[in-house]
Amino acid sequence: MRNARLLVQVLRDPASAGECDWSGLVSAARAEQLIGSLAFRMADRPVPPRVAEIFEAARFDAAQARTQALWEAEMARRALAPLGVPMILMKGTAFHAADLDASVGRSVGDLDIMVPRRSLDEVEAALLQAGWEHVKAAEGYDDGYYRQWMHELPPLIHRSRDRMIDIHHTILPLTARPTPDAQAMLDASVKLENGLRILCPADIVIHAAAHLFADGDLAGGLRNLWDIDRLLREFASPGFWRTLAERSRLHQLRPAVARALRLSNRLYGTPVDRSLAGRFGLADRLFEARLLARNGWGQERRKLLRFAFYLRGHWLRMPPLMLARHLWMKARRPA
Amino acid sequence: MRHRLDLQIGPVAFRLGSAWCEPLDVLARLYEPYPAPRDRICDFTVRLEPEKPWRRFVRPSVAIKGDYVLPDAAPMALAHGLLAAEMGMNLQMALGQKRYLLLHASSAEKDGRAILMTGESGAGKSTLAALLGERGWRLMGDEFALLDVASGKLLPFPRAVSLKNGAIKVMEAEVAPERFGPRLEGTPKGVIRHMQPNREAIGRMAESARPALILFPRFGQAPAIRAVGAAEVFMRLTQASTNYVNLGRRGFDALNRLIAGVPALAIDYPDTDTAIGLVEDFRQELAA
Repeated sequence: MRNARLLVQVLRDPASAGECDWSGLVSAARAEQLIGSLAFRMADRPVPPRVAEIFEAARFDAAQARTQALWEAEMARRALAPLGVPMILMKGTAFHAADLDASVGRSVGDLDIMVPRRSLDEVEAALLQAGWEHVKAAEGYDDGYYRQWMHELPPLIHRSRDRMIDIHHTILPLTARPTPDAQAMLDASVKLENGLRILCPADIVIHAAAHLFADGDLAGGLRNLWDIDRLLREFASPGFWRTLAERSRLHQLRPAVARALRLSNRLYGTPVDRSLAGRFGLADRLFEARLLARNGWGQERRKLLRFAFYLRGHWLRMPPLMLARHLWMKARRPA
Repeated sequence: MRHRLDLQIGPVAFRLGSAWCEPLDVLARLYEPYPAPRDRICDFTVRLEPEKPWRRFVRPSVAIKGDYVLPDAAPMALAHGLLAAEMGMNLQMALGQKRYLLLHASSAEKDGRAILMTGESGAGKSTLAALLGERGWRLMGDEFALLDVASGKLLPFPRAVSLKNGAIKVMEAEVAPERFGPRLEGTPKGVIRHMQPNREAIGRMAESARPALILFPRFGQAPAIRAVGAAEVFMRLTQASTNYVNLGRRGFDALNRLIAGVPALAIDYPDTDTAIGLVEDFRQELAA
């Protein structure tokens, strides 16, 4: 396995697995945090006994991860309930809370929530009161940078449960060129039967696309793209594509959403709205190669390409002068 | 990866990849009598790779990577490559094992009854298990015991025994020289030498056993025996497990079941012969 093509292929069409490099497939899936999703995809397929055991353990593990993620969401809900502030779950935890198809086998690391920007101070104070702590010192360059320019507060970690929480007030750094309409996201959010809130379907997809294609270096991108595939397949309807087009324009994220549609279609065969997606082009090929840069030993490949995407991630994040200042500050002090 | 070695230890198969041949050559010699994993399908992958590309040649330094890694694991000298491979496998078990409740304990079996020995490092659990393995018991493992959450049975994990410092001499007096790996001087844990388990331990490594006794040995004390209450055993074993929390309800149930069915004793012992004598006495009591 020179790249992650086999992993993508098997996720897309479990019947195609047959006689393959199972050790390589499992390692690549673990490295890309897709082992749980793969294990559920392959649940009814004939596989060698050891592979069946690996997948069974991965399914148990995913069930446990789900329980923990939902418990963490409940803890945050209880801590913030007295404030009367809307708390919106994002990413993996949201998928699990709403029982979306994207939650099947999905691992969850941190708890991601979104609150109105004006409520950040009281939300942070309430969480600190309820047992969360700052991961890094609550002063200095990093802390100041987060508070001034980022779309989230510096992460907090819970003292006894050892789980992180990211408190967002929008979905992209304030320094990025697109400015999503955070208030519109809050206004359109949906209340679930269990009392928790998530973004509306179109905004969930837009957030996933923004996170993958308008921010960061695409590390672990196959998992995020798999989320997008599952979400699009579940939400797809003529009305949904219309709303997605409208809201991605509202949030200034049409290019990122279009790219998400093209790559999801290319790699996972997702049925997408052609007019919104546009044509798969030369630049998309680079993204594809970046996403697949993982071999059957679980190693990252294509160093130069990865570095180029790392630079792109920073370029998207800040204007040139600010980037120069930021890298200067980072370089001046020990890591 | 340039070099590859697949190892089957108990129910677990490892795929080891390395940028250098030396660590895998030593490992292959040490694990020579072990069966190969079926169809080359492995549970876990370990990679030994240079920390930076040029460190493959210049002052070679081995970074321990794999399916599951610690972000801040320190690289090791190539001369300690065997230890790096062992740590890599341990890491996969500690972080990635979700099928069995993993106890940081040694174990040995006789007449279908298994004893489980756990304690802080230096308590002598590895040496005791290794010695029992040479004196009529079947060595099941010196480091990890696998409790099957479905059946409540113990599965063997008879990797090469990792002997440290004083324990090396004890075992050298007991076991043929060809069953030893190279002496590794100046490791973070002092001198280390690996010992291949005997043919019985390896030949029967697919055979589980019913746990019959839990021991908390403590080396270097006047002889003493004390019964340990269920609550204390439970606490100690949760601390001795790397994946108890991860297994959730399944881990809790498996541990409860183990403790309810098996007596537990803390033993202090001044020398290994005393401890072996005690263990034999317990076995006969249990059999009676």
